[in-house]
Amino acid sequence: MPDSLAEPMLPVPYRVLKVGRETADTFTLALAAAAGDQGFSFAPGQFNMLYVFGVGEVPISISGDPDRPETLVHTVRAVGAVSRAICGLQKGDTLGVRGPYGVPWPVEAAPGYDVLVIAGGLGLAPLRPAVYHLLARRPQYGNLELIYGARTPEDMVYRQELERWRGRFDFRVHVTVDSARGDWRGNVGVVPNFIARARFDPEQTMVLICGPGVMMRFTVQELLHRGLKRENIYLSMERNMKCGLGLCGHCQLGPFFVCKDGPVFRYDLLQDWFLAREV
Amino acid sequence: MSPGSADIGEEVVLEPQGLQQLLEILQRQGYQLVGPTLRQGSLVYGPLSAATDLPRGWGDAQEAGAFRLRKLREPMFFGYGVGQQSWKQFLYPHRRRLWQARLEGNDFQVLPPDADPVKFAFIGVHACDLEAILVQDKVFLEGPFIDPHYRARREQAFILAVNCGHPCHTGFCASMGSGPRATRGFDLVLTEILQGPRHYLLAAPGTERGRQLIHQVPHQKAQPGEREAADQLLDQTTRQLGRSLDTRDLKALLYRNYENPGWDQVAARCLSCGNCTLVCPTCFCHTIEDTTDLTGTQAERWRRWDVCYTVDFSYLHGGSIRATPRSRYRQWLTHKLATWIDQFGVLGCVGCGRCITWCPVAIDITAEVRALRESELTAAAAAKE
Amino acid sequence: METLEPILAAHPFLQGLDPRHLQSIGECATKVTFEAGRLLFRGQDEATHFYLINQGQVALEIFTARRGPIMIQSLSDGDAAGWLWFPTPYHWHYDARAIFLTRALALNVKELMQRCEQDPLLGYELMKRYAHLLAVQFRVTILQLVDMYGA
Repeated sequence: MPDSLAEPMLPVPYRVLKVGRETADTFTLALAAAAGDQGFSFAPGQFNMLYVFGVGEVPISISGDPDRPETLVHTVRAVGAVSRAICGLQKGDTLGVRGPYGVPWPVEAAPGYDVLVIAGGLGLAPLRPAVYHLLARRPQYGNLELIYGARTPEDMVYRQELERWRGRFDFRVHVTVDSARGDWRGNVGVVPNFIARARFDPEQTMVLICGPGVMMRFTVQELLHRGLKRENIYLSMERNMKCGLGLCGHCQLGPFFVCKDGPVFRYDLLQDWFLAREV
Repeated sequence: MSPGSADIGEEVVLEPQGLQQLLEILQRQGYQLVGPTLRQGSLVYGPLSAATDLPRGWGDAQEAGAFRLRKLREPMFFGYGVGQQSWKQFLYPHRRRLWQARLEGNDFQVLPPDADPVKFAFIGVHACDLEAILVQDKVFLEGPFIDPHYRARREQAFILAVNCGHPCHTGFCASMGSGPRATRGFDLVLTEILQGPRHYLLAAPGTERGRQLIHQVPHQKAQPGEREAADQLLDQTTRQLGRSLDTRDLKALLYRNYENPGWDQVAARCLSCGNCTLVCPTCFCHTIEDTTDLTGTQAERWRRWDVCYTVDFSYLHGGSIRATPRSRYRQWLTHKLATWIDQFGVLGCVGCGRCITWCPVAIDITAEVRALRESELTAAAAAKE
Repeated sequence: METLEPILAAHPFLQGLDPRHLQSIGECATKVTFEAGRLLFRGQDEATHFYLINQGQVALEIFTARRGPIMIQSLSDGDAAGWLWFPTPYHWHYDARAIFLTRALALNVKELMQRCEQDPLLGYELMKRYAHLLAVQFRVTILQLVDMYGA
C-alpha cells in the first residue's frame, strides 16, 4: 500500500551543492533534491532528519530561506558520529533527508508587532529562516531587533550575514560574546544583559528565542522583568530524537513530544516543564 | 441449533469442543493463530496450532516480583491471568527492519521495506490487554504520522477475547476501567464457565467477522441462567482482584508531586532495568538503528523497542537529560498516569499488573501512587498543626 | 562654571535622584574623554574613580602573559564601572580600555564616600544602586562561568 503515509521513515536522497565552514567545528551545507525532485517548502523553525549512508540520522534545523525552498540549507556542528560525518561531506556527495517536521516560529502571526529575535550559539541556525522571512516582509512589522551571543568571536556563525544585517537601517543587531581576545571591537557580555538595550513595546512584541537552556532561562526572566507577556515569548527546544514523527518517545518533555508539539513552544504553555529539572 | 441466530452483541453458548472448531475455521480463513501456551515451563504468547496448545488446566500465582505456574484441578482453557509477554510483540514487534539501502557510486538507493502479510488471530485476549491494544492504536494510528507496519497488522488481526474469570493478584483492571469484562474492541468474546460438571463457553460477537465465525459452529442461544452465571463470575473476579489504583484526580496528583521527595525512595530501590517497560502492553518507545555491512555498501534501518530507564534514552550531545534513576522512574510513572492523558487522551496504564509481577525488586505502581497521596495527606495534616 | 547635574541626572545609574544629592555628587565629578585605545585605568592602580559612561565603548580586560589582553566585558552608553569602597582603598584588578572615543563622568570615590558618611540618605541611595549593579554583575559572571555554549 504505497500511499504517502505508508513509509514516513524513508529518506529521500539529496545532493550536496556546497559546504561552507562557519567555525572550527560547524559547517553549512547547501543541498538539492537528487533525482530532479522539486524538494519541499518549509516554515521557519522546522527541522529535517538528515541521514548519512550507513552511519545514522540526526535532527537538524533548516537554516535557509523559506522563500527559496529549492535549496535546502543546514548548519551542523560536529558533536557526534553522525554530525561529524555530515560535516565531512563534500560537494557532490549524497545524504538522505526526511522532513520537514515540527511546529514553526509564529512569524505568520507577527505582522503589527515589534519582533525581538534572540539567539545563542548555534541557536541562530533555526532562527535564520525567521529573520529571512521577517526581512522579506519588513514593512509589516514594528521594530525588528536581533540579539546574538556566542562564546567567542571565533564561535560565531553566519558572520558575514550578521555584518550585512547590521548595516541595514531597519534592523537593529546586537552581537555579543562571552569573552574575546583584545583585538575584538564588538560587545563582550551575556545575552540577557542586552535586553535592557532592545527597543520594543512590551504590549506589542513577539520574542523568538533559541539557545542553550541556561541562556534561555535568564533571557526569559529579563524579558518578563521588562513587561513582556508570557504568551508572546517563543522558545525552540532541543531533545534526543529518533523518528521525528511523534512515535519513538525519545523527545518527550513532560506532556509534549518536541518533534511534533515543538520544537517551537509558547512560553506560557511550556514554562512549568521548562523550569523543572530532568524532565 | 439455528445457524445465523447470533446478532452482534447477542450471547450464545458453545460446548468446550466448539473452541477447537472456532480455531480451525480461523486457520482455514488464513489467520495465523497466536495465543497463550506453555514453553519451557513458562506462560508465553506464541503460535498455536490447536486448542490443545492452550495451557489447559494451568493457572498462575503472581505477586510483586514473582510469577509461578500452578496446576489447576479443573480443565479450564483460560484459567490464568496475563503472562510476561503481551500482544504488542505481534502488532509492534520488538525489532523490525524498516528499509535497506544500497550504495551505488556517490548515490544510494533506498529499497522499500519488506511486505508484512501476517494475518493474526489473537486467541484469549484479556480485557486489560484489549484496552492496551486500543491505547497503542491511539499512539500508532491517530497521530499526525502513523506507523504503517502496525496498521497493516492491526487492521487484519482477529481478536478473540476472554472475560477474566480469574482474579489477578497484581492486576487492578477494575479500578482502571479496563476489566475484567471485555467491553469493546473484540471480534468475539468468550466467558468460560465451569459449574460442577457443566463446562461451557458463553460467546458474544463484537463484529460482523465474529458473528459469522460463531455462525459456523454449533451453538445455542444463551439462557438467562447462563448469562447470570457469567455475570456472577465477573463480579467475583472484580471483588477478588489483588490491587487497586485510585484514579481520581490522577494527572493533577502527579503534576503536583513532580518534586515530591518520595521519588528518591523509589529510586533507591529501582534498578533501572526497564523490565516494566518491556512487559508493559502500552509502552511504545523505540529507537532507530542504522547499520552497514562490512563492505559499507549495504545499509539497513531497524526499529527496536527502547527503554526510558537507560541514561542514553535522553542523551543529547554533552550529556543525558535524565541522568538520575529518580528522574527516569518519575518519567515512566508520570508518563503512564499523567502526561499520557495530555498526549493521547487516555491513561497509559490498563492495570494488567505486569510491571508489578516482573519487577525484580517488587516495585508496585499502585503502592507508589498511594505513597504520593499519603504524603500529601501527611503534609496537609502537618500544615494544620 | 558649567554644571554637571543635567548630565548626571540623565545617566541611568543616577536617574531619579534627589537634586540635592545630584548636586552633592556633581561636586565630586569631572568630565573625562578617552580616545580609542586609551586606558581608563589599569589593574594594579588604586581605584580612585567611579566612571559613568555617557557615550562610547569600553572594554574591561584581564591581561594574560601568553594570550595578551582577554576581554571579559564591554560597557557602553549608560553603563558604570568602578568600586565604591569603605574605608580601605581598593585596586582595579582589571584594565579598562576605550574601544571607541568615550565620554564619561569620573566621580572621585574618596570624596563621594565622605559625603555618603555625612549624608546617610545619599549613602543609602547610592548603595542601593551600587548593590543592584553588583547583583547584575554577579549574575553575568555566573553565566560566563557555566560556559553555557559548551566546550
